[in-house]
Amino acid sequence: MTEIDSTGSARPESIKAVPVRHPGRWVSGAVILVLAAMFVHMLFTNKNLDWTTFQKFFFDGGILKGLVATLELTVIAMAIGIVGGIILALMRLSANPLMSSAAWLYIWFFRGTPVLVQLIFWFNIKSLMGDISLGIPFGPTFITWDVNSLVTTFIAAILGLGLNEAAYMSEIVRAGILSVDEGQTEASQALGMRRLQIMRRIVLPQAMRVIIPPTGNETISMLKTTSLASTVAFTELLKAGEDIFNANYKTIPLLIVVSVWYIIVTSILSVGQYYLERHFGRGSARELPPTPLQRLRRNLTTFHAKPPAVQEGSA
Amino acid sequence: MTENAPANDVMVKAEGVHKYFGRLHILRGIDLEVRSGQVMCVIGPSGSGKSTFLRCINHLEKIDAGRLWVDGHLVGYRQRGDKLHEMHEKEVAAQRRDIGMVFQRFNLFPHMTALQNIMEAPVRVKGEPRQVVRERALGLLDQVGLSEKVDSYPSQLSGGQQQRVAIARALAMEPKLMLFDEPTSALDPELVGDVLDVMRRLAEDGMTMVVVTHEMGFAREVGDSLVFMDGGVVVEEGDPREVLTEPQHERTQNFLSKVL
Repeated sequence: MTEIDSTGSARPESIKAVPVRHPGRWVSGAVILVLAAMFVHMLFTNKNLDWTTFQKFFFDGGILKGLVATLELTVIAMAIGIVGGIILALMRLSANPLMSSAAWLYIWFFRGTPVLVQLIFWFNIKSLMGDISLGIPFGPTFITWDVNSLVTTFIAAILGLGLNEAAYMSEIVRAGILSVDEGQTEASQALGMRRLQIMRRIVLPQAMRVIIPPTGNETISMLKTTSLASTVAFTELLKAGEDIFNANYKTIPLLIVVSVWYIIVTSILSVGQYYLERHFGRGSARELPPTPLQRLRRNLTTFHAKPPAVQEGSA
Repeated sequence: MTENAPANDVMVKAEGVHKYFGRLHILRGIDLEVRSGQVMCVIGPSGSGKSTFLRCINHLEKIDAGRLWVDGHLVGYRQRGDKLHEMHEKEVAAQRRDIGMVFQRFNLFPHMTALQNIMEAPVRVKGEPRQVVRERALGLLDQVGLSEKVDSYPSQLSGGQQQRVAIARALAMEPKLMLFDEPTSALDPELVGDVLDVMRRLAEDGMTMVVVTHEMGFAREVGDSLVFMDGGVVVEEGDPREVLTEPQHERTQNFLSKVL
Protein backbone atom coordinates (compact mmCIF):
# COMPACT_ATOMS: atom_id res chain seq x y z
CA MET A 1 0.00 0.00 0.00
CA THR A 2 2.63 2.54 -0.95
CA GLU A 3 0.01 4.56 -2.77
CA ILE A 4 -1.34 6.32 0.33
CA ASP A 5 2.07 6.76 1.82
CA SER A 6 1.76 9.61 4.26
CA THR A 7 5.29 9.45 5.58
CA GLY A 8 6.39 11.84 2.84
CA SER A 9 8.79 9.45 1.14
CA ALA A 10 8.88 10.00 -2.62
CA ARG A 11 6.43 7.89 -4.56
CA PRO A 12 8.12 5.84 -7.29
CA GLU A 13 7.27 6.74 -10.88
CA SER A 14 4.28 4.76 -12.17
CA ILE A 15 4.70 2.39 -15.10
CA LYS A 16 3.53 3.83 -18.40
CA ALA A 17 2.64 1.08 -20.87
CA VAL A 18 0.29 0.61 -23.81
CA PRO A 19 -2.81 -1.18 -22.40
CA VAL A 20 -4.04 -4.47 -23.89
CA ARG A 21 -6.82 -3.96 -26.45
CA HIS A 22 -10.10 -5.86 -26.10
CA PRO A 23 -11.89 -5.90 -29.48
CA GLY A 24 -14.15 -8.76 -28.34
CA ARG A 25 -15.63 -6.54 -25.63
CA TRP A 26 -16.56 -3.88 -28.16
CA VAL A 27 -18.30 -6.43 -30.41
CA SER A 28 -20.28 -8.12 -27.64
CA GLY A 29 -21.16 -4.72 -26.20
CA ALA A 30 -22.55 -3.62 -29.56
CA VAL A 31 -24.66 -6.79 -29.86
CA ILE A 32 -26.17 -6.15 -26.43
CA LEU A 33 -26.93 -2.53 -27.31
CA VAL A 34 -28.71 -3.54 -30.52
CA LEU A 35 -30.81 -6.16 -28.72
CA ALA A 36 -31.72 -3.65 -26.03
CA ALA A 37 -32.74 -1.10 -28.64
CA MET A 38 -34.94 -3.68 -30.37
CA PHE A 39 -36.63 -4.52 -27.10
CA VAL A 40 -37.33 -0.88 -26.22
CA HIS A 41 -38.63 -0.30 -29.74
CA MET A 42 -40.99 -3.25 -29.31
CA LEU A 43 -42.23 -1.85 -25.96
CA PHE A 44 -43.28 1.36 -27.67
CA THR A 45 -44.60 0.08 -30.98
CA ASN A 46 -46.28 -3.24 -30.21
CA LYS A 47 -50.04 -2.53 -30.22
CA ASN A 48 -50.80 -5.66 -28.18
CA LEU A 49 -49.05 -4.19 -25.17
CA ASP A 50 -51.72 -1.54 -24.95
CA TRP A 51 -50.20 0.83 -22.43
CA THR A 52 -53.43 2.81 -21.97
CA THR A 53 -55.10 -0.30 -20.54
CA PHE A 54 -52.03 -0.83 -18.37
CA GLN A 55 -52.39 2.68 -16.98
CA LYS A 56 -56.11 2.31 -16.51
CA PHE A 57 -55.84 -0.85 -14.42
CA PHE A 58 -52.55 -0.30 -12.61
CA PHE A 59 -54.26 1.39 -9.67
CA ASP A 60 -57.58 -0.38 -10.19
CA GLY A 61 -59.41 -1.14 -6.94
CA GLY A 62 -59.63 -4.87 -7.65
CA ILE A 63 -55.92 -5.09 -8.42
CA LEU A 64 -54.99 -3.19 -5.24
CA LYS A 65 -57.25 -5.40 -3.17
CA GLY A 66 -55.56 -8.42 -4.72
CA LEU A 67 -52.17 -6.91 -3.94
CA VAL A 68 -53.11 -6.45 -0.29
CA ALA A 69 -54.39 -10.04 -0.16
CA THR A 70 -51.10 -11.25 -1.65
CA LEU A 71 -49.13 -9.31 0.94
CA GLU A 72 -51.28 -10.64 3.78
CA LEU A 73 -50.91 -14.17 2.54
CA THR A 74 -47.13 -13.77 2.19
CA VAL A 75 -46.68 -12.32 5.67
CA ILE A 76 -48.91 -14.82 7.46
CA ALA A 77 -47.61 -17.86 5.57
CA MET A 78 -44.00 -16.79 6.20
CA ALA A 79 -44.76 -16.19 9.87
CA ILE A 80 -46.17 -19.70 10.15
CA GLY A 81 -43.21 -20.97 8.17
CA ILE A 82 -40.60 -19.28 10.36
CA VAL A 83 -42.17 -20.14 13.72
CA GLY A 84 -42.92 -23.67 12.55
CA GLY A 85 -39.43 -23.93 11.10
CA ILE A 86 -37.78 -22.98 14.37
CA ILE A 87 -39.93 -25.46 16.28
CA LEU A 88 -39.20 -28.22 13.77
CA ALA A 89 -35.48 -27.45 13.80
CA LEU A 90 -35.37 -27.61 17.60
CA MET A 91 -37.34 -30.85 17.46
CA ARG A 92 -34.90 -32.34 14.99
CA LEU A 93 -31.96 -31.37 17.21
CA SER A 94 -33.76 -32.71 20.28
CA ALA A 95 -32.33 -35.61 22.27
CA ASN A 96 -35.75 -37.24 22.30
CA PRO A 97 -35.80 -39.72 19.38
CA LEU A 98 -39.61 -39.45 19.01
CA MET A 99 -39.33 -35.67 18.66
CA SER A 100 -36.61 -35.78 16.07
CA SER A 101 -38.25 -38.51 14.01
CA ALA A 102 -41.60 -36.71 14.10
CA ALA A 103 -39.89 -33.60 12.74
CA TRP A 104 -38.05 -35.69 10.15
CA LEU A 105 -41.34 -37.27 9.04
CA TYR A 106 -43.03 -33.88 8.74
CA ILE A 107 -40.23 -32.49 6.62
CA TRP A 108 -40.13 -35.63 4.51
CA PHE A 109 -43.85 -35.40 3.79
CA PHE A 110 -44.16 -31.68 3.15
CA ARG A 111 -41.06 -31.47 1.00
CA GLY A 112 -42.03 -34.62 -0.83
CA THR A 113 -45.32 -33.34 -2.23
CA PRO A 114 -45.87 -30.31 -4.49
CA VAL A 115 -47.20 -27.25 -2.73
CA LEU A 116 -49.95 -26.95 -5.33
CA VAL A 117 -51.19 -30.43 -4.42
CA GLN A 118 -51.11 -29.49 -0.74
CA LEU A 119 -53.11 -26.33 -1.47
CA ILE A 120 -55.80 -28.28 -3.29
CA PHE A 121 -55.76 -30.80 -0.45
CA TRP A 122 -56.50 -28.13 2.15
CA PHE A 123 -59.17 -26.67 -0.11
CA ASN A 124 -60.91 -30.06 -0.15
CA ILE A 125 -60.27 -30.87 3.48
CA LYS A 126 -64.00 -31.26 4.13
CA SER A 127 -64.05 -34.51 2.20
CA LEU A 128 -61.30 -35.87 4.44
CA MET A 129 -62.15 -34.60 7.89
CA GLY A 130 -65.89 -33.92 7.96
CA ASP A 131 -66.04 -32.06 11.23
CA ILE A 132 -63.42 -31.01 13.72
CA SER A 133 -64.13 -31.47 17.38
CA LEU A 134 -62.34 -30.66 20.59
CA GLY A 135 -62.27 -33.23 23.35
CA ILE A 136 -60.32 -36.00 25.01
CA PRO A 137 -58.46 -38.21 22.50
CA PHE A 138 -60.55 -41.32 21.75
CA GLY A 139 -62.97 -40.04 24.42
CA PRO A 140 -65.90 -37.62 24.63
CA THR A 141 -65.94 -34.41 22.59
CA PHE A 142 -66.95 -30.99 23.82
CA ILE A 143 -67.19 -28.67 20.83
CA THR A 144 -67.61 -29.49 17.16
CA TRP A 145 -67.03 -27.25 14.16
CA ASP A 146 -68.00 -27.65 10.57
CA VAL A 147 -64.73 -27.77 8.63
CA ASN A 148 -66.01 -25.76 5.69
CA SER A 149 -66.87 -22.80 7.88
CA LEU A 150 -63.51 -23.12 9.58
CA VAL A 151 -61.28 -23.60 6.55
CA THR A 152 -62.14 -20.76 4.20
CA THR A 153 -60.17 -20.34 0.99
CA PHE A 154 -57.95 -17.88 2.85
CA ILE A 155 -57.27 -20.35 5.67
CA ALA A 156 -56.71 -23.13 3.14
CA ALA A 157 -54.17 -20.96 1.33
CA ILE A 158 -52.42 -19.98 4.57
CA LEU A 159 -52.23 -23.57 5.79
CA GLY A 160 -51.09 -24.92 2.44
CA LEU A 161 -48.36 -22.35 1.98
CA GLY A 162 -47.34 -21.94 5.63
CA LEU A 163 -47.05 -25.60 6.59
CA ASN A 164 -45.10 -26.31 3.44
CA GLU A 165 -42.81 -23.38 4.15
CA ALA A 166 -42.16 -24.60 7.70
CA ALA A 167 -40.55 -27.73 6.29
CA TYR A 168 -38.11 -25.69 4.20
CA MET A 169 -37.49 -23.11 6.93
CA SER A 170 -36.66 -25.82 9.46
CA GLU A 171 -33.73 -26.96 7.35
CA ILE A 172 -32.51 -23.38 7.05
CA VAL A 173 -32.81 -22.80 10.79
CA ARG A 174 -31.13 -26.10 11.56
CA ALA A 175 -28.20 -25.25 9.31
CA GLY A 176 -27.94 -21.89 11.06
CA ILE A 177 -27.92 -23.43 14.53
CA LEU A 178 -25.33 -26.01 13.52
CA SER A 179 -23.12 -23.26 12.08
CA VAL A 180 -22.60 -21.72 15.53
CA ASP A 181 -19.38 -22.89 17.15
CA GLU A 182 -19.76 -25.46 19.94
CA GLY A 183 -17.51 -23.28 22.09
CA GLN A 184 -20.28 -20.69 22.33
CA THR A 185 -22.57 -23.18 24.03
CA GLU A 186 -19.80 -24.36 26.33
CA ALA A 187 -18.88 -20.83 27.35
CA SER A 188 -22.54 -20.09 28.10
CA GLN A 189 -22.92 -23.30 30.09
CA ALA A 190 -19.79 -22.48 32.05
CA LEU A 191 -21.42 -19.16 32.98
CA GLY A 192 -24.40 -21.03 34.38
CA MET A 193 -26.84 -20.29 31.59
CA ARG A 194 -29.79 -22.62 30.93
CA ARG A 195 -30.42 -24.44 27.68
CA LEU A 196 -33.27 -22.21 26.48
CA GLN A 197 -31.41 -19.09 27.51
CA ILE A 198 -28.36 -20.21 25.55
CA MET A 199 -30.51 -20.88 22.50
CA ARG A 200 -32.32 -17.54 22.68
CA ARG A 201 -29.52 -15.22 23.75
CA ILE A 202 -26.39 -16.78 22.27
CA VAL A 203 -26.99 -19.36 19.56
CA LEU A 204 -29.99 -18.05 17.61
CA PRO A 205 -28.71 -14.46 17.27
CA GLN A 206 -25.51 -15.84 15.76
CA ALA A 207 -27.37 -18.37 13.66
CA MET A 208 -29.35 -15.45 12.20
CA ARG A 209 -26.39 -14.44 10.09
CA VAL A 210 -26.67 -17.77 8.31
CA ILE A 211 -30.47 -17.90 8.46
CA ILE A 212 -31.41 -14.44 7.15
CA PRO A 213 -30.15 -14.58 3.54
CA PRO A 214 -31.97 -17.81 2.58
CA THR A 215 -35.03 -16.63 4.55
CA GLY A 216 -35.07 -13.49 2.41
CA ASN A 217 -35.01 -15.70 -0.65
CA GLU A 218 -37.83 -17.78 0.80
CA THR A 219 -39.91 -14.67 1.46
CA ILE A 220 -39.44 -13.40 -2.07
CA SER A 221 -40.18 -16.85 -3.40
CA MET A 222 -43.27 -17.03 -1.15
CA LEU A 223 -44.56 -13.73 -2.50
CA LYS A 224 -44.66 -15.29 -5.95
CA THR A 225 -45.81 -18.73 -4.80
CA THR A 226 -48.94 -17.13 -3.33
CA SER A 227 -50.13 -16.84 -6.93
CA LEU A 228 -50.83 -20.58 -6.71
CA ALA A 229 -53.65 -19.72 -4.31
CA SER A 230 -55.54 -18.38 -7.35
CA THR A 231 -56.18 -22.02 -8.27
CA VAL A 232 -58.17 -22.56 -5.07
CA ALA A 233 -60.34 -19.55 -5.82
CA PHE A 234 -58.59 -17.22 -3.42
CA THR A 235 -58.52 -13.69 -4.83
CA GLU A 236 -54.95 -12.52 -4.59
CA LEU A 237 -53.06 -10.38 -7.09
CA LEU A 238 -53.00 -12.83 -10.01
CA LYS A 239 -56.63 -13.86 -9.52
CA ALA A 240 -57.64 -10.19 -9.38
CA GLY A 241 -55.92 -9.67 -12.74
CA GLU A 242 -57.50 -12.81 -14.17
CA ASP A 243 -60.96 -11.69 -13.08
CA ILE A 244 -60.49 -8.50 -15.04
CA PHE A 245 -59.06 -9.98 -18.23
CA ASN A 246 -61.65 -12.74 -18.23
CA ALA A 247 -64.17 -9.94 -18.59
CA ASN A 248 -62.40 -7.62 -21.03
CA TYR A 249 -59.99 -10.04 -22.80
CA LYS A 250 -57.00 -7.65 -22.30
CA THR A 251 -54.87 -10.54 -21.11
CA ILE A 252 -51.36 -9.23 -21.82
CA PRO A 253 -51.75 -5.70 -20.38
CA LEU A 254 -53.22 -7.09 -17.16
CA LEU A 255 -50.52 -9.73 -16.84
CA ILE A 256 -48.03 -6.87 -17.14
CA VAL A 257 -49.87 -4.91 -14.44
CA VAL A 258 -49.64 -7.94 -12.17
CA SER A 259 -45.97 -8.56 -13.03
CA VAL A 260 -44.96 -4.97 -12.37
CA TRP A 261 -46.60 -5.09 -8.94
CA TYR A 262 -44.74 -8.33 -8.14
CA ILE A 263 -41.45 -6.76 -9.21
CA ILE A 264 -42.06 -3.64 -7.12
CA VAL A 265 -42.77 -5.64 -3.98
CA THR A 266 -39.84 -8.02 -4.59
CA SER A 267 -37.51 -5.06 -4.96
CA ILE A 268 -38.71 -3.55 -1.70
CA LEU A 269 -38.23 -6.91 0.03
CA SER A 270 -34.68 -7.17 -1.32
CA VAL A 271 -33.82 -3.80 0.20
CA GLY A 272 -35.30 -4.90 3.51
CA GLN A 273 -33.23 -8.08 3.36
CA TYR A 274 -30.05 -6.04 2.86
CA TYR A 275 -30.67 -4.04 6.01
CA LEU A 276 -31.64 -7.11 8.03
CA GLU A 277 -28.43 -8.87 7.01
CA ARG A 278 -26.50 -5.78 7.97
CA HIS A 279 -28.15 -5.72 11.39
CA PHE A 280 -27.36 -9.34 12.20
CA GLY A 281 -23.88 -9.07 10.71
CA ARG A 282 -22.73 -6.82 13.56
CA GLY A 283 -19.69 -8.15 15.27
CA SER A 284 -18.77 -10.46 12.42
CA ALA A 285 -16.92 -7.90 10.32
CA ARG A 286 -14.61 -5.23 11.73
CA GLU A 287 -16.72 -2.55 10.13
CA LEU A 288 -20.21 -2.87 8.71
CA PRO A 289 -20.51 -2.24 4.99
CA PRO A 290 -22.01 1.19 4.31
CA THR A 291 -25.69 1.43 3.45
CA PRO A 292 -26.45 2.74 -0.03
CA LEU A 293 -27.43 6.05 1.53
CA GLN A 294 -24.16 6.31 3.44
CA ARG A 295 -22.27 5.37 0.31
CA LEU A 296 -24.09 8.06 -1.67
CA ARG A 297 -23.41 10.69 0.97
CA ARG A 298 -19.75 9.76 1.18
CA ASN A 299 -19.41 9.85 -2.60
CA LEU A 300 -21.01 13.28 -2.70
CA THR A 301 -18.95 14.77 0.10
CA THR A 302 -15.70 13.26 -1.08
CA PHE A 303 -16.33 13.87 -4.73
CA HIS A 304 -13.63 16.49 -5.04
CA ALA A 305 -11.47 15.21 -2.22
CA LYS A 306 -9.19 12.21 -2.03
CA PRO A 307 -10.68 8.75 -2.57
CA PRO A 308 -12.17 7.35 0.67
CA ALA A 309 -9.87 5.51 3.00
CA VAL A 310 -9.57 1.77 2.68
CA GLN A 311 -12.49 0.01 4.33
CA GLU A 312 -11.99 -3.33 5.91
CA GLY A 313 -14.49 -6.03 5.37
CA SER A 314 -16.64 -4.04 2.98
CA ALA A 315 -16.06 -6.30 0.00
CA MET B 1 -18.34 -46.03 48.21
CA THR B 2 -18.18 -44.43 51.63
CA GLU B 3 -18.68 -40.76 52.19
CA ASN B 4 -15.35 -38.99 51.91
CA ALA B 5 -16.57 -35.41 51.77
CA PRO B 6 -13.56 -33.13 51.77
CA ALA B 7 -12.45 -30.88 54.59
CA ASN B 8 -13.69 -27.33 54.79
CA ASP B 9 -10.78 -25.55 53.18
CA VAL B 10 -10.63 -27.89 50.18
CA MET B 11 -12.10 -26.26 47.07
CA VAL B 12 -11.69 -29.13 44.63
CA LYS B 13 -11.34 -32.75 45.50
CA ALA B 14 -11.12 -35.57 43.00
CA GLU B 15 -11.19 -39.20 44.07
CA GLY B 16 -10.61 -42.00 41.59
CA VAL B 17 -12.06 -40.03 38.67
CA HIS B 18 -12.42 -41.99 35.45
CA LYS B 19 -13.65 -40.79 32.08
CA TYR B 20 -14.23 -42.67 28.84
CA PHE B 21 -14.84 -41.26 25.38
CA GLY B 22 -16.46 -44.27 23.80
CA ARG B 23 -13.79 -46.95 24.22
CA LEU B 24 -11.04 -44.46 24.86
CA HIS B 25 -10.12 -44.46 28.53
CA ILE B 26 -9.06 -40.84 28.89
CA LEU B 27 -8.91 -40.42 32.68
CA ARG B 28 -7.70 -43.45 34.63
CA GLY B 29 -8.26 -42.63 38.27
CA ILE B 30 -7.40 -39.08 39.21
CA ASP B 31 -6.92 -38.18 42.88
CA LEU B 32 -6.27 -34.51 43.51
CA GLU B 33 -6.97 -31.77 46.01
CA VAL B 34 -6.92 -28.01 45.56
CA ARG B 35 -7.13 -25.94 48.74
CA SER B 36 -8.93 -22.63 48.87
CA GLY B 37 -6.76 -19.78 47.69
CA GLN B 38 -4.29 -22.11 46.02
CA VAL B 39 -3.18 -22.12 42.41
CA MET B 40 -2.70 -25.53 40.87
CA CYS B 41 -1.04 -25.76 37.50
CA VAL B 42 -1.52 -28.84 35.38
CA ILE B 43 0.99 -29.72 32.68
CA GLY B 44 1.43 -32.69 30.42
CA PRO B 45 1.59 -33.78 26.79
CA SER B 46 -1.48 -33.35 24.59
CA GLY B 47 -3.95 -36.18 25.00
CA SER B 48 -2.90 -36.72 28.59
CA GLY B 49 -6.41 -35.83 29.79
CA LYS B 50 -5.57 -32.57 31.54
CA SER B 51 -8.16 -30.50 29.67
CA THR B 52 -10.74 -33.25 30.09
CA PHE B 53 -10.13 -33.29 33.83
CA LEU B 54 -10.58 -29.53 33.95
CA ARG B 55 -13.87 -29.81 32.06
CA CYS B 56 -15.07 -32.46 34.50
CA ILE B 57 -14.69 -29.99 37.35
CA ASN B 58 -17.60 -27.88 36.07
CA HIS B 59 -19.46 -30.85 34.60
CA LEU B 60 -18.91 -29.92 30.96
CA GLU B 61 -17.90 -33.59 30.86
CA LYS B 62 -19.64 -36.24 32.94
CA ILE B 63 -17.33 -38.46 34.92
CA ASP B 64 -17.86 -42.21 34.59
CA ALA B 65 -16.45 -43.32 37.92
CA GLY B 66 -15.14 -41.80 41.13
CA ARG B 67 -16.20 -38.69 42.98
CA LEU B 68 -15.58 -35.02 42.37
CA TRP B 69 -16.38 -32.27 44.88
CA VAL B 70 -16.27 -28.52 44.47
CA ASP B 71 -16.58 -26.50 47.66
CA GLY B 72 -17.83 -29.56 49.49
CA HIS B 73 -20.60 -30.43 47.00
CA LEU B 74 -20.57 -33.32 44.58
CA VAL B 75 -20.39 -32.10 41.00
CA GLY B 76 -23.42 -33.01 38.90
CA TYR B 77 -24.85 -35.49 41.41
CA ARG B 78 -26.65 -35.49 44.71
CA GLN B 79 -26.15 -38.13 47.34
CA ARG B 80 -29.30 -39.35 49.08
CA GLY B 81 -28.51 -42.15 51.49
CA ASP B 82 -26.19 -44.43 49.57
CA LYS B 83 -27.70 -43.59 46.19
CA LEU B 84 -26.45 -41.02 43.70
CA HIS B 85 -29.03 -38.95 41.83
CA GLU B 86 -28.20 -37.16 38.63
CA MET B 87 -28.76 -33.44 38.92
CA HIS B 88 -31.31 -31.67 36.79
CA GLU B 89 -29.93 -29.31 34.15
CA LYS B 90 -31.15 -26.40 36.26
CA GLU B 91 -29.14 -27.50 39.29
CA VAL B 92 -26.02 -28.15 37.22
CA ALA B 93 -26.33 -24.63 35.83
CA ALA B 94 -26.65 -23.28 39.37
CA GLN B 95 -23.47 -25.11 40.38
CA ARG B 96 -21.58 -23.67 37.45
CA ARG B 97 -22.34 -20.09 38.47
CA ASP B 98 -19.67 -20.34 41.13
CA ILE B 99 -17.04 -21.79 38.82
CA GLY B 100 -15.49 -19.47 36.24
CA MET B 101 -13.91 -20.94 33.13
CA VAL B 102 -11.55 -19.48 30.57
CA PHE B 103 -11.10 -21.30 27.29
CA GLN B 104 -8.18 -21.70 24.96
CA ARG B 105 -10.15 -20.14 22.11
CA PHE B 106 -11.72 -17.37 24.25
CA ASN B 107 -15.30 -18.17 23.11
CA LEU B 108 -16.48 -14.60 23.53
CA PHE B 109 -19.96 -13.93 22.17
CA PRO B 110 -19.19 -12.28 18.82
CA HIS B 111 -22.53 -10.48 18.53
CA MET B 112 -22.03 -8.60 21.80
CA THR B 113 -19.62 -5.85 22.77
CA ALA B 114 -16.98 -6.45 25.44
CA LEU B 115 -19.25 -4.86 28.05
CA GLN B 116 -22.29 -6.85 26.95
CA ASN B 117 -20.25 -10.05 27.04
CA ILE B 118 -19.38 -9.39 30.68
CA MET B 119 -22.87 -8.25 31.71
CA GLU B 120 -24.81 -11.05 30.06
CA ALA B 121 -24.54 -13.75 32.71
CA PRO B 122 -24.81 -11.65 35.90
CA VAL B 123 -27.94 -9.97 34.52
CA ARG B 124 -29.57 -12.99 32.88
CA VAL B 125 -28.47 -15.78 35.19
CA LYS B 126 -28.19 -14.13 38.59
CA GLY B 127 -30.83 -11.50 37.86
CA GLU B 128 -28.73 -8.70 39.30
CA PRO B 129 -29.77 -5.11 38.49
CA ARG B 130 -28.20 -3.81 35.27
CA GLN B 131 -26.72 -0.70 36.85
CA VAL B 132 -24.88 -2.66 39.54
CA VAL B 133 -23.54 -5.15 37.01
CA ARG B 134 -22.52 -2.35 34.67
CA GLU B 135 -20.42 -0.71 37.35
CA ARG B 136 -18.76 -4.00 38.22
CA ALA B 137 -18.16 -4.84 34.55
CA LEU B 138 -16.52 -1.48 33.92
CA GLY B 139 -14.36 -2.02 36.99
CA LEU B 140 -13.33 -5.46 35.72
CA LEU B 141 -12.49 -4.14 32.26
CA ASP B 142 -10.34 -1.52 33.94
CA GLN B 143 -8.72 -4.24 36.04
CA VAL B 144 -7.70 -6.19 32.93
CA GLY B 145 -6.49 -3.01 31.28
CA LEU B 146 -9.20 -2.66 28.67
CA SER B 147 -11.28 0.28 29.87
CA GLU B 148 -11.03 1.79 26.39
CA LYS B 149 -12.50 -1.29 24.70
CA VAL B 150 -15.87 -1.21 26.43
CA ASP B 151 -17.87 -0.93 23.22
CA SER B 152 -15.62 -3.01 20.99
CA TYR B 153 -16.83 -6.23 19.46
CA PRO B 154 -14.59 -9.29 19.89
CA SER B 155 -13.60 -9.20 16.21
CA GLN B 156 -12.14 -5.74 16.81
CA LEU B 157 -9.88 -7.00 19.60
CA SER B 158 -6.56 -8.84 19.48
CA GLY B 159 -6.36 -12.37 20.85
CA GLY B 160 -4.78 -11.18 24.07
CA GLN B 161 -7.45 -8.53 24.56
CA GLN B 162 -10.19 -11.07 23.84
CA GLN B 163 -8.78 -13.44 26.43
CA ARG B 164 -8.66 -10.67 29.02
CA VAL B 165 -12.30 -9.84 28.30
CA ALA B 166 -13.06 -13.55 28.70
CA ILE B 167 -11.37 -13.54 32.11
CA ALA B 168 -13.37 -10.45 33.11
CA ARG B 169 -16.54 -12.17 31.89
CA ALA B 170 -15.88 -15.15 34.14
CA LEU B 171 -14.98 -12.93 37.10
CA ALA B 172 -18.20 -10.94 36.74
CA MET B 173 -20.07 -13.93 38.17
CA GLU B 174 -17.92 -13.60 41.30
CA PRO B 175 -16.81 -17.24 41.24
CA LYS B 176 -15.12 -19.12 44.07
CA LEU B 177 -12.98 -21.06 41.63
CA MET B 178 -11.46 -20.23 38.27
CA LEU B 179 -10.56 -22.84 35.66
CA PHE B 180 -8.13 -21.95 32.88
CA ASP B 181 -7.88 -24.27 29.89
CA GLU B 182 -4.59 -23.39 28.15
CA PRO B 183 -5.51 -19.70 28.22
CA THR B 184 -2.42 -18.53 26.32
CA SER B 185 -1.96 -21.36 23.81
CA ALA B 186 -3.86 -19.61 21.00
CA LEU B 187 -2.04 -16.31 21.46
CA ASP B 188 0.83 -14.72 19.59
CA PRO B 189 3.91 -14.83 21.81
CA GLU B 190 4.01 -11.08 22.43
CA LEU B 191 0.42 -11.11 23.74
CA VAL B 192 0.92 -13.89 26.27
CA GLY B 193 2.47 -11.61 28.91
CA ASP B 194 -0.59 -9.37 29.35
CA VAL B 195 -2.87 -12.34 29.97
CA LEU B 196 -0.44 -13.96 32.41
CA ASP B 197 -0.15 -10.65 34.28
CA VAL B 198 -3.90 -10.57 34.81
CA MET B 199 -3.84 -14.17 36.04
CA ARG B 200 -0.91 -13.46 38.36
CA ARG B 201 -2.77 -10.55 39.96
CA LEU B 202 -5.83 -12.73 40.34
CA ALA B 203 -3.74 -15.34 42.16
CA GLU B 204 -2.26 -12.66 44.42
CA ASP B 205 -5.79 -11.58 45.33
CA GLY B 206 -6.38 -15.07 46.66
CA MET B 207 -8.49 -16.65 43.90
CA THR B 208 -8.49 -20.43 43.82
CA MET B 209 -7.31 -21.43 40.37
CA VAL B 210 -6.73 -24.59 38.36
CA VAL B 211 -4.62 -23.76 35.33
CA VAL B 212 -3.88 -26.14 32.47
CA THR B 213 -0.91 -24.55 30.81
CA HIS B 214 2.32 -24.86 28.90
CA GLU B 215 3.75 -21.75 30.53
CA MET B 216 6.39 -23.25 32.83
CA GLY B 217 7.51 -19.80 33.96
CA PHE B 218 4.01 -19.01 35.17
CA ALA B 219 3.74 -22.37 36.90
CA ARG B 220 7.03 -21.81 38.67
CA GLU B 221 6.28 -18.26 39.84
CA VAL B 222 2.56 -18.36 40.58
CA GLY B 223 1.68 -22.01 41.15
CA ASP B 224 1.34 -23.38 44.67
CA SER B 225 1.39 -26.89 43.29
CA LEU B 226 2.21 -28.48 39.98
CA VAL B 227 0.65 -31.62 38.55
CA PHE B 228 2.17 -33.55 35.70
CA MET B 229 -0.35 -35.74 33.89
CA ASP B 230 0.34 -38.36 31.26
CA GLY B 231 -1.81 -41.13 29.85
CA GLY B 232 -4.81 -40.18 32.00
CA VAL B 233 -3.05 -40.44 35.37
CA VAL B 234 -1.28 -38.01 37.67
CA VAL B 235 2.35 -39.00 37.30
CA GLU B 236 3.84 -36.46 39.64
CA GLU B 237 2.58 -33.75 41.95
CA GLY B 238 4.37 -31.30 44.19
CA ASP B 239 5.90 -27.89 44.66
CA PRO B 240 6.39 -26.43 41.17
CA ARG B 241 9.94 -25.33 41.83
CA GLU B 242 10.91 -28.84 42.90
CA VAL B 243 9.02 -30.69 40.19
CA LEU B 244 10.40 -28.45 37.46
CA THR B 245 14.00 -28.59 38.62
CA GLU B 246 14.20 -32.12 40.00
CA PRO B 247 11.46 -34.26 38.49
CA GLN B 248 11.31 -37.67 40.16
CA HIS B 249 9.73 -39.69 37.39
CA GLU B 250 11.28 -40.57 34.08
CA ARG B 251 8.17 -39.53 32.11
CA THR B 252 8.24 -36.10 33.79
CA GLN B 253 11.93 -35.78 33.01
CA ASN B 254 11.29 -36.70 29.37
CA PHE B 255 8.46 -34.21 29.01
CA LEU B 256 10.31 -31.37 30.70
CA SER B 257 13.44 -31.94 28.66
CA LYS B 258 11.35 -31.36 25.56
CA VAL B 259 9.52 -28.24 26.66
CA LEU B 260 12.05 -26.39 28.79
